[in-house]
Amino acid sequence: MRTAIEIEGLGKRYRLGTRSERYDTLREAVARRIRRRGRQEDAAELWALRGVDLAIDEGDVVGIVGRNGAGKTTLLKLVAGIAEPTTGMVRTRGRIAALLDLGTAFHPELTGRENVYLNGAVLGMSRREIARRFDDIVAFADVERFLSTPLKRYSTGMQLRLAFAVAAHLDADIVVVDELLAVGDAEFQRRCLGKMSEFGRDGRTVVFVSHDMASISQLCRRGIWLDRGVVRADGPVGDVLDLYLGSRRERFARVEVPPEPDQAVQLLSVALTDAAGREIELPRRDEPLVVRLRFRARERIPALDVALYLLNRQGVRVIDDAWLDGGAVDDPVVDAGDYEAHVRIPPVLAPGEYTAGVWIGTNHEDFLDREVLSFEVAPRPDDRLPSVSRRRVVQPDVCWTLRSVSRRSET
Amino acid sequence: MAVRVGRRAKPGGGELSSSPESARAARAAHAPWRENRPTDGWLPRVDFRDLWEHREVAAFLALRDVRLRYRQTAFGVAWAIIRPLAAAAIFTIVFGRLVDVPSDGLPYVVFAYAGLTIWTYVSSAVEAAANSLIEDRALVTKVAFPRVLAPVASTLPGLLDLAISLVILGVFMTVTGVAPSAALVVVPVSVAGAVAVSIGAGLLLSALNVKYRDVRYALGFALQTWLFASPVVYPSSLFDGAWRYVFAANPLVGVIDGFRWSVAGAPPPGAYVLVSLATGTLVLAAGVLVFSRMERRFADVV
Repeated sequence: MRTAIEIEGLGKRYRLGTRSERYDTLREAVARRIRRRGRQEDAAELWALRGVDLAIDEGDVVGIVGRNGAGKTTLLKLVAGIAEPTTGMVRTRGRIAALLDLGTAFHPELTGRENVYLNGAVLGMSRREIARRFDDIVAFADVERFLSTPLKRYSTGMQLRLAFAVAAHLDADIVVVDELLAVGDAEFQRRCLGKMSEFGRDGRTVVFVSHDMASISQLCRRGIWLDRGVVRADGPVGDVLDLYLGSRRERFARVEVPPEPDQAVQLLSVALTDAAGREIELPRRDEPLVVRLRFRARERIPALDVALYLLNRQGVRVIDDAWLDGGAVDDPVVDAGDYEAHVRIPPVLAPGEYTAGVWIGTNHEDFLDREVLSFEVAPRPDDRLPSVSRRRVVQPDVCWTLRSVSRRSET
Repeated sequence: MAVRVGRRAKPGGGELSSSPESARAARAAHAPWRENRPTDGWLPRVDFRDLWEHREVAAFLALRDVRLRYRQTAFGVAWAIIRPLAAAAIFTIVFGRLVDVPSDGLPYVVFAYAGLTIWTYVSSAVEAAANSLIEDRALVTKVAFPRVLAPVASTLPGLLDLAISLVILGVFMTVTGVAPSAALVVVPVSVAGAVAVSIGAGLLLSALNVKYRDVRYALGFALQTWLFASPVVYPSSLFDGAWRYVFAANPLVGVIDGFRWSVAGAPPPGAYVLVSLATGTLVLAAGVLVFSRMERRFADVV
């Protein structure tokens, strides 16, 4: 088997500030030059990737997993030649299609047809190639009737379909895909997945980043786990996913909230724990989850209320519950002091990503309302991973029984 | 197959089940290695194969800008005529009538419009090029293509306006009875000079603009200064002797004088054109050098 991608000692360093502030002004640069003359300045640095060695064979379909900020996108950018490494090197053989974003070159004022040509050219197709595949692209995207309409009149779904259609018809040998499946509806995701596995069957090399474990395990033969810029595991996809998911259960999720001294009530921290009060990061869908809120009242507050809400990835409020909703507290008067509230959520959440938000206030005043914590709910180990994530909002233990009510004799 | 854990894990990788011997696979088998590694040194590393493979990107980006330029405007392409025409009218009234600036023996309107034809192109091309990487930030951070194509492509749409301007200039010349000379064949050379200067300055400014947004704010002022340092509304014959060579350090002096001579039969420019040629080449070289040195960091910074 020939190698399609070779990576040796690959490292990428970002100067912090370059990423967040995005750009310097000349004055700052000059000032820094002058300051540097006096003493060695220790600019904050971040190694997004460090010492990565990999070889990926032609026709291999590789899934990359890791937490946010683990260096997955950086790795794809270096493989695609979009950014330059700080150390080491990447070698690739064959045409690369980098799908880091859909419709990168799309312009709202241009028509569908014009956008197909522009985007195709930017992704590396020649005009003749696009012309040859134009009908396929349009049919795949299902936008035949709107080819002369400016893109801004398209629905989001149509734009996505068209963007993916262009990308999917690239004649590339290596396809690098970043989190495409996070957008779009279930039907769109199914199409994306279908096209990706087609790439794999055609013998193209596919490197695929996703947070969706189900599609990774379905599509990929090999898994790579990146952790803070370093390859933590590399091997058959099932084993790597096990290691990755296992590691996440050992950590815990807790957010300390920065102090706001002028608020009458202040949230101090939010943490996820199991039923026994141990902090966890990756609750399982079949285990009860406790959200622990610590807050401080700076004065006596009658009728203080605290609410917790959980948003799923589609923005649906799966849980939105206030302390006073159930009348659980007899005397809602709160004296100055620190408090700890435990919100026990029964095991109903479907596996997936959630954002937790907290509201604190009274009938006539809001002290705080903010999203404080993101976490993921893991599937049960014996869950069959669905090929496409279903749109269910909750997944309580539903009981199925099957029995026969009449028997028809075979003749 | 066992999982290998650890930093220097070597590849596993499953066996390929079936590989249809398509044209793609055959081509891939002969594809050369492409490397991405840190650059060092000052010399630019130009990847001509990469440029060639992406040549159509420049065309499509330029085409996009042309299409977008006058879309959803009431006057449409007429703007390409209105803008230089309005400027020529103002300049003719202010400098030609009120101040009575000399015009090398040409009717002032022809003189000014010829200068403005070049100047309008250069200023709009430089401005578009300087902002090109910022405006196409999504492309710079998400797609691998030779970055140089973005600023170069944005100097192209202005050529369309320049062509329209040339036609109007022809009308002015007919009306005022100015006949072109045989030097007309040199027009493409002066236009090429204008394109080269625009690309040079555009590359330089676009690269700096990625890192220092000061460029954006300084640009308007700098262009205004450049306009008055160029023989657009006045002839370079205002400078005598050695001063003219100093004046010609502005590469547009050679370009505009050459253009006026070739298109409208103004007096042919003298040896000072060589100074403009030298500084113009210098600007282009500096643009290419600075751009290729800063290019590989664009995706991190823009």
